[in-house]
Amino acid sequence: MSHHIVEFKNVSFRYPDGTDALRDLSFRIIHGESVGIIGANGAGKSTLLMQMNGYLMPTSGTVTIGDLQLTKKTRQDIRRKVGIVLQNPDDQLFMPTVYDDVAFGPLNLGLDEACVRERVQKALSLVNGLELRDKPPHHLSGGQKSAVAIASVMAMDPDILAMDEPAASLDPKSRRSLITMLKTFKHSKIIASHDLDLILDVCQRCLVIREGTAAADGPSIEILSNKTLLEENNLELPLSLQRLQVG
Amino acid sequence: MPFDEEYYNLGRLDRLSYKNTFVHRLDPRAKLIATLLFLFTVISFSKYEVVALIPFFLFPVLLMTIGDIPFLFILKKVLIVSPFAIFIGIFNPLLDTGHVLVLSGFTISAGWFSFFSILLKFALTISAALLLIATTPFPSVCHALRRLGMPSLFVSQLLFLYRYIFVLVEEAMRIVRARDMRSFGASGTGIKVFVRIIGILFLRTIERAERIYYAMLSRGFQGDMPTFKRSHITAIDLVFVATTILFLVVFRFFSVTEGIGRIAQELFR
Amino acid sequence: MHMADALLSPAVGTTIWAGTLAAMGYASKKMKENFDDKIIPLMGVLGAFIFAAQMINFTIPGTGSSGHLGGGMILAIMLGPYAAFLVMASVLTVQALFFADGGLLALGCNIWNLGIYPCFLVYPLIYKPLVGDSRSPRRILVASLVSVVAALQLGAFSVVVETLWSGKSELSFGTFVLLMQPIHLAIGIVEGFVTAGVINYVRNARPEILESITASRPLGAEISVRKVMITFVVLAVVTGGALSWFASTHPDGLEWSIEKVTGTSELPTQEHGIAPVLKGIQEKTAFLPDYNFSPASTEEKKKEESASWPVIEAGTSVAGIVGSAIVLGMVMLIGLVIRSFKRRHT
Repeated sequence: MSHHIVEFKNVSFRYPDGTDALRDLSFRIIHGESVGIIGANGAGKSTLLMQMNGYLMPTSGTVTIGDLQLTKKTRQDIRRKVGIVLQNPDDQLFMPTVYDDVAFGPLNLGLDEACVRERVQKALSLVNGLELRDKPPHHLSGGQKSAVAIASVMAMDPDILAMDEPAASLDPKSRRSLITMLKTFKHSKIIASHDLDLILDVCQRCLVIREGTAAADGPSIEILSNKTLLEENNLELPLSLQRLQVG
Repeated sequence: MPFDEEYYNLGRLDRLSYKNTFVHRLDPRAKLIATLLFLFTVISFSKYEVVALIPFFLFPVLLMTIGDIPFLFILKKVLIVSPFAIFIGIFNPLLDTGHVLVLSGFTISAGWFSFFSILLKFALTISAALLLIATTPFPSVCHALRRLGMPSLFVSQLLFLYRYIFVLVEEAMRIVRARDMRSFGASGTGIKVFVRIIGILFLRTIERAERIYYAMLSRGFQGDMPTFKRSHITAIDLVFVATTILFLVVFRFFSVTEGIGRIAQELFR
Repeated sequence: MHMADALLSPAVGTTIWAGTLAAMGYASKKMKENFDDKIIPLMGVLGAFIFAAQMINFTIPGTGSSGHLGGGMILAIMLGPYAAFLVMASVLTVQALFFADGGLLALGCNIWNLGIYPCFLVYPLIYKPLVGDSRSPRRILVASLVSVVAALQLGAFSVVVETLWSGKSELSFGTFVLLMQPIHLAIGIVEGFVTAGVINYVRNARPEILESITASRPLGAEISVRKVMITFVVLAVVTGGALSWFASTHPDGLEWSIEKVTGTSELPTQEHGIAPVLKGIQEKTAFLPDYNFSPASTEEKKKEESASWPVIEAGTSVAGIVGSAIVLGMVMLIGLVIRSFKRRHT
């Protein structure tokens, strides 16, 4: 099952304007794990995600997805394995209809029409979005857009699902649907978020990023109840734990 | 606020196009070709023609009623864009003073005829174009264009434009609303502020393009926007186009209206 | 301003559409040859940006009236001529369809007037030479002003020519030009300021953005001045030839109908009223008084004309009026019947 492993070894990344976004970052995620990535704003969470599918290439160090090491040549293949769902679904849904968006990935994989249709069907039913199939994205609500964005990534059948602030613009009901859905996914999940309650609910493991490097790495329940650690990183206890503490 | 109103209108027209009526179900290529032929026929009439244009209103009327498009909505849109044509056209009756005999002893200057002709042609052409969009989802129109030979790069552009108009207009509205809330009167609407608003919108647009590109790459994009066949021409579509052509030919080359009038005159003599 | 279908003749519309389609095909081909695919989403959203920007208006200083951005020039400066042209074409297409701005047949003219001139003529021949490699805001302002004004003047002038050639309006060349050019001069100056303002704003706020856009433009896709000039000369000759051929077979509708109705080919003219005043103004401003494509018709010409371009009698008789009323009534009746049928069955 080595193809589901994500490994960062001493990864550093510097932006063209000189900012050192990642410094000697190392961690290893194995098959089926769900890991939350938390940290202060600007700590490097989004940059980390962008390394995972080769949109950005490490300045030094190596990124390995499965048995492929990330290079310019392997980028395309890695993109089939890692599905990234962005923060703003409007950026992710750029085709004129939902069907087109969900079909975009499979079509780029070179699959034939019948296969594509099947993938779209499967992906949309996974997110309970079948009736949205022929609608244009701007007719959808925020929650629907998020669901379709996830479907558009799932249609590529990735081994690893990475998400950047998935619940940021969702109302509580949609957020709850999202959490329920994520819990049913068997893939490796990597979720970067400020929504610590979501992380607590969905991820067994938690990685704290500070100033571009791993500040802590352990089971979520431990990390997320460590008040000092959280506050050092401009975070606070998940709301669900706060009430417990007070009582 | 005119800005909000335009946006609302845009949204309404867009939503109308997703209805499900007989007209909506016709193949977009058939509708596009029929509309273009209609437009071409209408403008091929001489500049003084008024009477023969009247039957042509059947085309938009049928599309409107069978396609369930509100009449007032179309009317309003036609009226809103009419000023330019009226402005240019109104010079005709003022400058063209040749008299044309109408009834015995009663004359009107020829310029009025050409003015009316312009108005009628205007109403016909604008409503036909609007009804095409009102009865066909824009993405389908774009795919029809591609199937009919337009460069695929251009068609991808149209699709992207369509997708992001609403997003960008909303973003612009947010910025404008912020401007309006902080300006008390005319001082906030000057050019300097406008440039700044446009500049901000431009930067946000570029940043958005970056994110979209990221999303595209993440799903395997390698330079070509994927396309596939979407619609099939059926017998009904062919009948529709054939009927339209027949209608256009008959009413263009035969003075049907005048003929009807003469028959009526005979009956009442 | 946009050209409208109602003022267009089939000959002019088709000719210009042919030119526009050729240009679009050419631009697409050139772009495919060598580009960074990053430009695709950029072009798409910039089109939406122009749209949104056009919806925002501002008050023109001193006049109190409001204006808005056209966009052709700023696109050309940002994206280069080929990409900018395609984006402008898409913006105008959406305007024609969703906002009924102009019309579908006139769209060819509008894409030509508002797309070809800024992207393929003014940008390579005026803006680029004026700006050179300079980054100075002043240089950019001057270049923008001159370019935008030039582009808009060309566009406005083309609308005049297209309307005249179509022959549906009575305005003479002189009067029409006097109406269009000054207005567009004012609009051009304002848009020039806005264009320069945005470029300078972006350069100050995020200079690397302009660099990265320029980097993703098609390589080697800059246009040579010589090619542009040659193309335009060829086009002018071909267009002029095609249109005169069309025009000579197009009958002068008025004279033909007047003969049928009154038996004379001369028109009595009004002596008093506003018409002579306007005519006077027109005569004084008409510096091309004989600019009229329809030749004086003779009997033979008319026979020839009626054989090749059938025209319905344009005069009106009582039958015509009666017929119109009846047909109009029928059309409305059909509409109402279908409407109520639909309502009852939903």
